Amino acid sequence: MKRTSPLSSRNISLALLGIVFVLLAILPQLTEAYIVVLLSDILKFIVLTVAWVIFAGPTGYISLASAAFYGVGLYTAAILNADMPFPLVVILAGVFCFIVALGVGALTLRLKGVYFTIFTFGLVQLLYYAVAEVERIATGKRGRFVSTENTETVYYAMFILTVLVLVTAVLIRRSRHGLALRSIGEYEQAAEHSGVNVIWTKVLVFAGSSVFMGMAGAIVATRRAYIDPGIAFDLNVTFMPVLMAILGGMTNLIGPVIGAAVFAYLGEFLLTRLPDLYMLVFGAVMVLAILFFPQGLWGLLAQGWSKLRGGRRAPA
Amino acid sequence: MGAARDIIIAGLLLGGIYALIAAGLSLQYGVARVLNVAHGEFIMIGAFITWWLFTNVSFDPLISIVITGPVTFVLGILLYRFVYRKIMVDSPTIEVFEGKSMLAAFGMLYVVQNIARWIWGSNTYAYQYMATSVTGARIPLNRLVALGVVVVVAAAFYVFLSHTRLGKAIRASALDPTTAGLVGVNVYRVLGICFGLGLAMAGIAGSLLSILYSVNTSMGLGYTVIALIVVVLGGLGSIQGAFIGGIFLGLMSSLVSYFQPSMTMIAYYVVFILLLLIRPKGIMGK
Repeated sequence: MKRTSPLSSRNISLALLGIVFVLLAILPQLTEAYIVVLLSDILKFIVLTVAWVIFAGPTGYISLASAAFYGVGLYTAAILNADMPFPLVVILAGVFCFIVALGVGALTLRLKGVYFTIFTFGLVQLLYYAVAEVERIATGKRGRFVSTENTETVYYAMFILTVLVLVTAVLIRRSRHGLALRSIGEYEQAAEHSGVNVIWTKVLVFAGSSVFMGMAGAIVATRRAYIDPGIAFDLNVTFMPVLMAILGGMTNLIGPVIGAAVFAYLGEFLLTRLPDLYMLVFGAVMVLAILFFPQGLWGLLAQGWSKLRGGRRAPA
Repeated sequence: MGAARDIIIAGLLLGGIYALIAAGLSLQYGVARVLNVAHGEFIMIGAFITWWLFTNVSFDPLISIVITGPVTFVLGILLYRFVYRKIMVDSPTIEVFEGKSMLAAFGMLYVVQNIARWIWGSNTYAYQYMATSVTGARIPLNRLVALGVVVVVAAAFYVFLSHTRLGKAIRASALDPTTAGLVGVNVYRVLGICFGLGLAMAGIAGSLLSILYSVNTSMGLGYTVIALIVVVLGGLGSIQGAFIGGIFLGLMSSLVSYFQPSMTMIAYYVVFILLLLIRPKGIMGK
C-alpha cells in the first residue's frame, strides 16, 4: 500500500533530515567555538560508527580494526599535511586505508567469525608496536607534530565526510551488494550457492568502509597537532563505535547515528564531570544494553511508537 | 652454550604461566563458547589481591592462590549465571551467542578495570618475594616456584577432567551440549563451572605474575592478547594446545628478547598473523 499524501511519515522524516543538515551546515556561523569542536567530535563518532555498521551490520562479522584504519589516517596527515593541500591529504588517507584494508580483507575474510575478530584485534596492536618501533629507529622520537587546520575547516571536512558516509551507506544498502551482504550474514554457504561472489563482496565492502575511518583519522589529526602510536592506535577508537552501534540499534542506519550522537555527547559530559566513572559507565551500559535492549535505542523508540499508534507490530 | 641454556630455561618458565592463562581462556571458549576478552582483567584482580595481602598482612603470595583461585571462580560463576546465560538463552544460534558474548566481555573489561582503578588507582606496585637466584644458571627461585605451581595446577586439572564425573560432563558438554543435555547433564551448570574454572586459572596466574612482575590496573589487556595468541596457536578450545602454544610462545619470547627486547610483541604478532593465515585451526585444532 503506497501513500501519496505530502504528510506521509516518509516525507516528514526526509524534511526533518533536510532541516538537520542545513542547521549543521550553517552552525559554525551561529555559535561559539566550543560547540563547533564538540560537534566535530560527535560527527567523527557518527562517521566511525556508520562506517563500521556498513560492513558489520548486514554480515555479522565483528571487525575490531577500526583503530588501525583510523591510525593510518592520523599518520598520513602527520606525514603529509605540511607539504600538501588538506583535501588531498584526506583523500590520500582514504586511498591508503583502502589499499591496507584490501590486503587485510583478502587475507582474513576467508576466516570465519571469531578468527576474523581476533585477527583484526591483533592488527591494531601489531600496527601500534610496529609504528612505535619504526619511529624509534627512524626518528628516535615517540610522536610527531601535525600541521593544523582551523576549527571551522575541521568541522566542515567532518560534516562533508558524514554526509558522504551516510549516502554511501544508503546506496550500499539499496544496491545488489547490500542484498548480497545481508544474504552472507544470514547463511554464507547459501549465498555462495546462489551465485554471490562471497569473498569479493566482503573484501570490497570492508575496504570501502575503512576509507571513511582513515579519512576521519586524517581530519582529526589536523586538530590534535601532536600524535603518537598510543593516540593513533587506541583500542577505544575500535570499541566506541561498536558500543555506539549496539546501543543505537543496528537494524537500520538511524540507530547507529542516534547511538553515536547520544553517546559521544554523553561521553563528553561524563569526561568533563566524572572522569573516573567515564569508562565504568560505558562498560556497564554496554553489558546492560546487550542483555536487555538487543534492538538498541532505536528499537525501544520504535516499540514505544508502535504502542502509541496502537497494537501494530514494530518494524523488525 | 650458556646463553642457549638460559634462553631455554627462561622461556620454559615464562611459557608455563602463559600456558596457564591460555588454558583458562581456552576452557571458557572451548566449552562455554565465551571468547572472554576480559580474561586479563581477572589476572589483574588475582595479582592485586595477592599484592594487597602480602603488603598489608604479610600473607604468603604462594598460599594466596587458595584465596585468589576461589574468589575468581565464584566471580566467574556469578558472571556466567547473570550475564552469559541470559545471552545464551536469548540467542537464536551459537554464532550469534559468540558475537554477543564477546561484546559483553568487552563491556566487562571496562567495568572490571575501572572498578579496580577506583579502588587501587593507576600506580604501579611491586614487592620482593623469593627473589634469590638458584645456583648454576641465573634463574630466580620465584620463577621456578611459579612454574612448579603451574605444573601442579595443570596436573590437578587434568585428573579432574579425566577421572571425575563432573569432568566427564564437561567433556561431553564441550563435544555436543544438546546431546549432553539429553542424557541428563545440567548443561548451564557445567558451562558456568567451566567459565568459573577458566577465571580461577586467570586468578592463580595473576597471583604468580605478581610475584614476578610489578602490577598495575591496566596490566590485563596485554595478558589477554598473549592468551588469545597462545590459544589460536594451540587451537581454539584445545587445552593441550594451550599448553603447547604457551610453552612455544614463552620460548620464542625469551629468544627474541635476548637479541632485541623491544621486538618481542612484534614477533608475537607476526607469528600469530602468519599462523592465522596458514593454519587458523592451530597446532592441535581439529
